[in-house]
Amino acid sequence: MNCEEITHDEAYYHNLTRNLVIKMIIASFTPLILITFITSYKYNNAYKAKVIAHIQELVEKHKQNIDNFLKEKLANILFLSKTCSIPQLDDENALQSKLEQLREEYGPFFVDIGLINDEGIQTDYVGPFNLGRVNYSQAEWFREAMEKEFYISDVFLGIRGLPHFIIAIRKTDGTRNWIVRTTIDFVLFNELVKNIRIGETGRAFIVNRKGELQTKLQANQPDTETIKKHILSKNIPAEGVEVFEGSYSADHQSIYLVTTLNNGKWVLIFQQDEKDAFSDLYQTRNLGIVIFFLGSCSIFVMAIFLSRKMVDQIRKSDQEKELMNEQIIEAGKLASLGELAAGIAHEINNPVAIMVEEAGWMGDILEEEEFKNSDNFKEYQRALNQIRNQGIRCKEITHKLLSFARKIDSRIQDVQLNTIIEEVVGLSEKRARFGNVEIISNLAANLPTVHVSPSEMQQVFLNLINNAVDAIDSKKGGSITLSTRLEDQMIVVDIEDTGSGIAPANLQRIFDPFFTTKAVGKGTGLGLSICYGIIKKIGGEISVNSAVGKGTVFHVHIPVTRQDT
Amino acid sequence: MATTVLLIDDEEGFVQTMAKRLGKREMEVIKAFSGQEALDVLAGNNLIDVAVLDVKMPGMDGIETLKAIKKDYPLVEVIMLTGHATVESAIDGMKMGAFDYLMKPCDIDQLIAKIDEAKTKKLKHEEKIIDAQMREITSRQSWD
Repeated sequence: MNCEEITHDEAYYHNLTRNLVIKMIIASFTPLILITFITSYKYNNAYKAKVIAHIQELVEKHKQNIDNFLKEKLANILFLSKTCSIPQLDDENALQSKLEQLREEYGPFFVDIGLINDEGIQTDYVGPFNLGRVNYSQAEWFREAMEKEFYISDVFLGIRGLPHFIIAIRKTDGTRNWIVRTTIDFVLFNELVKNIRIGETGRAFIVNRKGELQTKLQANQPDTETIKKHILSKNIPAEGVEVFEGSYSADHQSIYLVTTLNNGKWVLIFQQDEKDAFSDLYQTRNLGIVIFFLGSCSIFVMAIFLSRKMVDQIRKSDQEKELMNEQIIEAGKLASLGELAAGIAHEINNPVAIMVEEAGWMGDILEEEEFKNSDNFKEYQRALNQIRNQGIRCKEITHKLLSFARKIDSRIQDVQLNTIIEEVVGLSEKRARFGNVEIISNLAANLPTVHVSPSEMQQVFLNLINNAVDAIDSKKGGSITLSTRLEDQMIVVDIEDTGSGIAPANLQRIFDPFFTTKAVGKGTGLGLSICYGIIKKIGGEISVNSAVGKGTVFHVHIPVTRQDT
Repeated sequence: MATTVLLIDDEEGFVQTMAKRLGKREMEVIKAFSGQEALDVLAGNNLIDVAVLDVKMPGMDGIETLKAIKKDYPLVEVIMLTGHATVESAIDGMKMGAFDYLMKPCDIDQLIAKIDEAKTKKLKHEEKIIDAQMREITSRQSWD
């Protein structure tokens, strides 16, 4: 018989569990990771583009607002200078009324108005500061304004010591150039930029081309050096909004939206922390990470749990398989032993027959007259009888052995098991009464017929009943109860005795051929193994429960639907 | 008239001893150690009453030998001698016309009794045949 090695050590199951866990994790993680990363990447890009587009639009709008504001203010002053002649302006009272007019018409942005001659001396001034006759000839804006028709200065402190910027218009009265100059209230201008606020960290500010701040900031001053270095070094187109991302300030990763103002002289910069700008995105991402983490945990737990369970199941079935293999080996061993025994028995039968015949022949010769008077005649006769009797005992053993393989009347018939049992009980009753044993039949009615060989069944039950009778001490007496019942397409016959029981050490060996607890010469040790062989052949089961001193129950299971052997 | 027995068995020791024992009981014993030999003996001897035939023999086995004997010598009674495992074939043999069967090793008295019964049966058969023949002859005479 080819018996595959199926006993595995712990390391095997350990490896199996590990492999299963790894495979399950890979199988579950691959799609999870792919989906998570692809969708989050796409979502990330789409969301960022949308947010930036939104800010871009906002910045664009503000750029227009500020440009418009500057243009408007310029236009106002231009109008003033065009409509008034120099003598008209060179009169502080008239200038005062013009300033009031301007304020009234175009809002309170105009702080003061001054008229400056080509030597840089402010000849007339109306406004809150005392700036009459101030010499501006060395001021940069003055030189710039003298060269151009009109000029909008950067924000500076100037003589007054307050941040402001100037709109200056050059005007000619034929011989000399004059400058009409107005100051724009920085605080009010600042409000325009201050309005651009998004989220918590989004802020806008204006710098000139040198990187000097043109607006006041509410909170922490941006690092003008980095702005100069990174943003102003880039080529900023006159139209449209450029987007930069990067960590220009030391602590935060920021996005910058940059556009030009005031004909390219100023740069409007909108800065927002990425964290703030994309806070929704990052929240979603964090949620995603949490879900991913929880999912991973549950995958791990499930993978380990399921693998363990599966491996346990495999281990269990391996053990069952092993057990079954053992039983198959046991059955095979019994079958081959049976064949061997039958072969040997057959071969031994002939020599035994000859020996018995020879002993008989010697007996025949002894009968003759001349030997009858011999002194040892009786002794010869006894010895020959002994030879003959022992030969007959051998014959019994060989004949029982032959039952393993013999095919006596093994014709299969549909029979009522109860009928067979009743017959066997009838046969055994005499012997039972002799052993002070009562046989009780407790047979279920209406059992289906079974497809077996009646004589084989007879042999089985006769054997079991004989064993039961032998197990009961004839002095004490006892009883044998035979009962039949239907259970799962099997007819179960229980043969229960109140005898001495079987010692646990012997319990495993009772079906082994030649195993007997009876005295030498009383039993061959073949009865139960023959029963075992017969029951196994028809696809049944035979099992035993026994308690020493209390008795033994044999359970014989016989299938109702016969299995082909 | 002593009974003539043909002992057929491949076990020479068994045949020899059995022959002696049967001879001691006033029987005429002829020995054969195979089926073929038995047929040869029968062909040359028409006095044989009973054949004691072993079932399991190498070459031509008991059943085949029985068939051959019953075909050519229907009056010869055959007692099958069998080991335990070949009881079925012995029973088969009886269905084919063997007189009875015995299990090896057999009790000599049992065998003698069986042989005697078989001999008696054979004699009856022979008598009937003779009667029938006589009746046939007498009836033919009366018709003439």
